[in-house]
Amino acid sequence: MPEAAPPPRSRPISPFLFPPTGTYRWQLTSALSILNRVTGVALGVGTLLLTWWLLALLGEPSDFAAVQDFLGSIIGRLLLLGWTWALFFHLLAGIRHLVWDTGHGFELKNVYRSGWTVVVLSVVLTVATWSAGYYFR
Amino acid sequence: MASHHSQKRLISPLARARGLGSAKKGASHWWAERVSSVALVPLTLWFVWSVVHLTGADQAAVRGWLSRPAAAILMSLFIVSTFYHLALGLQVVIEDYVHREGVKVTALLLIKGLIILTAAAALFTVLRVALGS
Repeated sequence: MPEAAPPPRSRPISPFLFPPTGTYRWQLTSALSILNRVTGVALGVGTLLLTWWLLALLGEPSDFAAVQDFLGSIIGRLLLLGWTWALFFHLLAGIRHLVWDTGHGFELKNVYRSGWTVVVLSVVLTVATWSAGYYFR
Repeated sequence: MASHHSQKRLISPLARARGLGSAKKGASHWWAERVSSVALVPLTLWFVWSVVHLTGADQAAVRGWLSRPAAAILMSLFIVSTFYHLALGLQVVIEDYVHREGVKVTALLLIKGLIILTAAAALFTVLRVALGS
């Protein structure tokens, strides 16, 4: 018995998120999930900076000094600080995902425990890295 | 019903499901993203450690560091793993948010092209410094 095809419906896109009406209550889990994606994209942009830094190795010494001067400026340092945190956050959140892939850590208590661990450790490692940077300078 | 539909098409449900999904081959893509992420854990820690030691270094110092075999090998692996992982990740982001087929394919080609170009430039630099000009 042939059935009539259902009429096409437009796919709802996160109806409680956009526009932000206050209907959606943010949780640590969803916030860290989207942050993992945002930091991943940001780190992708950061690869352009890394490549610029590497390419400057092939130019004149003054070319490289110009890149280092930019990175050492206030704007450069703020960008690098952001990228350092993004790198550690994405690294730690990625390890959290790898643990989940083994089927462990899905209990609500453990999900929150690992989530807060990622948040705190990412900040601690960022501070430690920058302290070491200033120490070796 | 789906089963009714598939029987009329003389094609098994499994054959119909194969090759579907936004990436057309989700399982291998998922594995490749995991494998590259595992490789990137030690490589990233090594990279951060190295960059911290190079804070404020001039060109000669950085070239000296990168011309050492260990640094050149690990930096090459870091670059390949990073851009591979980035290509896989950005593909998923585009497939999740861009739903018009033409725009999606164009965005994927542009992003992957840019990633390959940037990766080639970064890798060439390492090889040029390590092997000498």
